[in-house]
Amino acid sequence: MSKTNQSGGREQWASRIGVILAVAGSAVGLGNFLRFPGQVAQHGGGAFMLPYFISLLVLGIPLCWAEWTMGRYGGTRGFNSAPGIFQVLWRNPIAKYFGSIALLVPLVIYMYYVVLEAWCLGYALNYLTGDLMLGENSSEYETFFGNFVGAGKDGALFESGSSQLLGLLLITFVLNFTLIYRGVTKGIESFCKIAMPVMVLCALCVLVRVLTLGTDKVVAGLGAMWNPDPELLMDPKTWLAASGQIFFSLSVGFGIVINYASYLRKTDDVALSGLTASSLNEFFEVCLGGLITLPAAFIFLGVAATTKGTFGLGFTALPNVFAVMPGGQFFGFLWFFMLFIAAITSSLSMLQPVIAFFEEGLGLKRHASATLLGLLSAFGCGFVIYFSKDSLALDTFDFWVGTMLIFILAMIQAIIYGWIFGIKRGHEELHRGANIRVPWFVQLMLKYVTPAYLLVIFIGICTTQSKNYIDTLSEGGVPLFSVLFIGTILLFLILLIRIAGIRWEAEGRFKDLDP
Amino acid sequence: METAGWTIMLISVGSVLTLVSYCLYRVLNLPPVEMEDIKGPLEIDTGDTIDAD
Repeated sequence: MSKTNQSGGREQWASRIGVILAVAGSAVGLGNFLRFPGQVAQHGGGAFMLPYFISLLVLGIPLCWAEWTMGRYGGTRGFNSAPGIFQVLWRNPIAKYFGSIALLVPLVIYMYYVVLEAWCLGYALNYLTGDLMLGENSSEYETFFGNFVGAGKDGALFESGSSQLLGLLLITFVLNFTLIYRGVTKGIESFCKIAMPVMVLCALCVLVRVLTLGTDKVVAGLGAMWNPDPELLMDPKTWLAASGQIFFSLSVGFGIVINYASYLRKTDDVALSGLTASSLNEFFEVCLGGLITLPAAFIFLGVAATTKGTFGLGFTALPNVFAVMPGGQFFGFLWFFMLFIAAITSSLSMLQPVIAFFEEGLGLKRHASATLLGLLSAFGCGFVIYFSKDSLALDTFDFWVGTMLIFILAMIQAIIYGWIFGIKRGHEELHRGANIRVPWFVQLMLKYVTPAYLLVIFIGICTTQSKNYIDTLSEGGVPLFSVLFIGTILLFLILLIRIAGIRWEAEGRFKDLDP
Repeated sequence: METAGWTIMLISVGSVLTLVSYCLYRVLNLPPVEMEDIKGPLEIDTGDTIDAD
């Protein structure tokens, strides 16, 4: 595995397990514990697992392997940012501009994800102080959540007496940038080596608590999650939901894995590492998220728990559960502290791709890159947190960038890998230094099946979800401002990529590369 | 909880546990990465010792 480059040259991972834990940490987040259980409950229970595992094998793991391969290939040719890596993979001047999406996605997602992170920190602290032990009345938790996140009106969080979240957001921001400033090895890798085991411990504690709440109750709770409704397998929405969940869960198409893999050496394994990182994500999702969240909520709240969305389940239903659960204050703290850690390992990974671009594309040193990124992301965070009424800005960012653009980026990557870089070269590259063999048919799937599958899901999401979002744009207001904001960031990144391209050409960065 | 529910849960959780255990076992049992040798002066081939005694 790579060593730390002590002479100040390009960064590299210091250990095999380090990069695996970092990629897994990037993938493991709120979605594993909150989104997955809700999706399962709403789309056929145990029957959901069939399209889920099919998507994992056809879409998730192959795309992960492709990203790891492309990332390492670009990294060994001197590029850690997606614009540079795409240019290496596809020797066309336009290639680097597709990399703008791989910068935009993690940057914009960070702008609202760090807010969610602060929510988790806030809830953990409120459990320590006992302020979230509000009894059995569920409306108390909805009121608490609404006040805490400023859902009542825009600018609510900037009024005196309502600014706890602002302070927590500042702490979270500083923590993220302190870690990212320390670099890949001393920052990201070192943190993930501690954070991931801590997350497992916290989750196991809560799991044991939930599974010992009383046999009948626990079995009923597990049944709410896992009993299959086979009829829903005939509904395309079930397959759409399962594919989407795999996709978001593994963090493919985020521009993150391709960046992380670029810090590997030429002969560092990507096959076993990619599979291990993916399987770790599935462990957190299926074995922990699948056994904790919904069963616990069902035990205390009944069927109503199965209809909650991600935020409803996480920030109103579960606090209600912890309030009536024996030892609930402690386990509530443990749960939200674990979610906070899960969120940090993810948010760190969203910063690194952009920092890498600022450094290699614009020639900025790390402190300048971190400062520029800090200002940019703080501006976006401020936008999200000011327009907090009904979390509209956050929801708009999440749809256009955290849903639509991710699919677009994944399709771009699948086409670059399968049709431009080529699956023969991809197969050879994947197996360079590999510790396991990957069957050839995976390459055929990446070339023919995966892009088609992605396109079908994308069309499905467009037809089922996008109409509402498009309609709100015509009404103006926060959704329109949010999209214009995203568009402005994208234009800014495209301009920077143009500058980077000129610098790279002037430096002759592509001259001696193999065709 | 139905029998089908138990079956699906046990297969799902069991499969994932098996996969992650296999992967971690393989990763953690790989031989350690060899450190690059730091070449001391005597190890550098200056190309002029062919006829040396």
